[in-house]
Amino acid sequence: MFHDARLIASRDLRIELRSKVATWQVVPFALLSLILFAFAIGPNPALLKQTSPGLFWLALLFASVLGTQRSLSVEGDDATREATRLLDLDPAGIFLGKCLALIVEFVLLELVLLAGVLLFFHTHVTAWPLLVASLVLAPIGLSSASVIYGSVTTGLRSSATLLPLLVLPVLAPLLIAGARCFAEATGSTGNSAEWSGVLAVFSGVYLLLGIVLYGPLEES
Amino acid sequence: MGTAISLTSAVALVGRFPVLAGVDLSIPQGSVTTILGANGAGKTSLLRLLAGLQRLDGGNAMVLACDLSQPGRGFRRRVGLLGHDPGLYEDLTAEENLAFAMRAVRLPATHVGQALARCGIQDRLLKTPVRSLSQGQRRRVGLAKLVARRPELWLLDEPHASLDEATRVLVGELVEEAATAGATVVATSHEPEYSVPMADLVVTMGGGIVTASCRGGRHVS
Repeated sequence: MFHDARLIASRDLRIELRSKVATWQVVPFALLSLILFAFAIGPNPALLKQTSPGLFWLALLFASVLGTQRSLSVEGDDATREATRLLDLDPAGIFLGKCLALIVEFVLLELVLLAGVLLFFHTHVTAWPLLVASLVLAPIGLSSASVIYGSVTTGLRSSATLLPLLVLPVLAPLLIAGARCFAEATGSTGNSAEWSGVLAVFSGVYLLLGIVLYGPLEES
Repeated sequence: MGTAISLTSAVALVGRFPVLAGVDLSIPQGSVTTILGANGAGKTSLLRLLAGLQRLDGGNAMVLACDLSQPGRGFRRRVGLLGHDPGLYEDLTAEENLAFAMRAVRLPATHVGQALARCGIQDRLLKTPVRSLSQGQRRRVGLAKLVARRPELWLLDEPHASLDEATRVLVGELVEEAATAGATVVATSHEPEYSVPMADLVVTMGGGIVTASCRGGRHVS
């Protein structure tokens, strides 16, 4: 399983390094979303700071849908998918590999968005360990759920529009928990750190679901 | 010589449509078989069934001593399928595509350069992303993947289609080399002038069943 996961992750990242689709399309889209949110809210520093946790996570979620669609397109057309199926890779390994590549991309995306929030939203981090924990945990759940629902929509004519409709509602707990962690880490609110536990549970559940379900989903 | 493929009343459905409607076929190990037939006769569906990519919905099918109703893991690695589209990753080079396939089936990537050279992919073409290669060059890379992987069963879907004369000759040579080394080759074709001389057995399909079979032009000592 881990051999296949490493193989798939290195293939996906190699293709991304070469094509730079995420670099030139997904990251600018995320930053643009953040800046447009800031324009819509207006030049009120207190309001910008107060809304920054939710806007950071919304921008991340919207951009993650693009990143997931790109990750699915890396698998190629029907012929390429069948050629890959003939290699008889472990489905759990394929799932983990795709998640691993997406986690790397999502963490980089988070760093760019964090820089944008600190720059444009008058926000200061007061609890780095909590912020780092949430920024590490969230991409695991985000990538797991996205790859599972991506495999459901693969091959459908309407997959590009269906994926966000299916996956965004599922990601609501992650959005809420991530925004609460971010709010506490930036001193916007004084809630407890229990929300990072929600992130951990969400990520763990979807990671396990993906390992179990990815094979049957791909075969069907 | 054992039997590589044994199908008895094999049925395969796509939706409710029987793409294979009861195929009876026996192919010896190490032989070359050409499958002829009009469009929609079931040739490609038969290759997909033999590769374990199409579900067996009725009858019996034994391929490489493996029951296709429950092929199990590891079966597909013993099979190589080259379709109209060789199924390569567009953003990777020919070399990277083959290295990925070799690592996936746990084989050393040391034969990759040799296999590509055998199929005429050399020098700058090795480092060129597949999306920049011509259709013929892609087919050559697909063939090189088979050469490097050395599967026990070669399934070729119209291997001579849209190729120049030199590549058609190459296909014939590679098929002969594979069969001589003990692999079983099954190729569909619309070009009997190329495919029949290289075959031990010629099978004609129509309406999802085998309608005729006869000896081909290949003579093995």
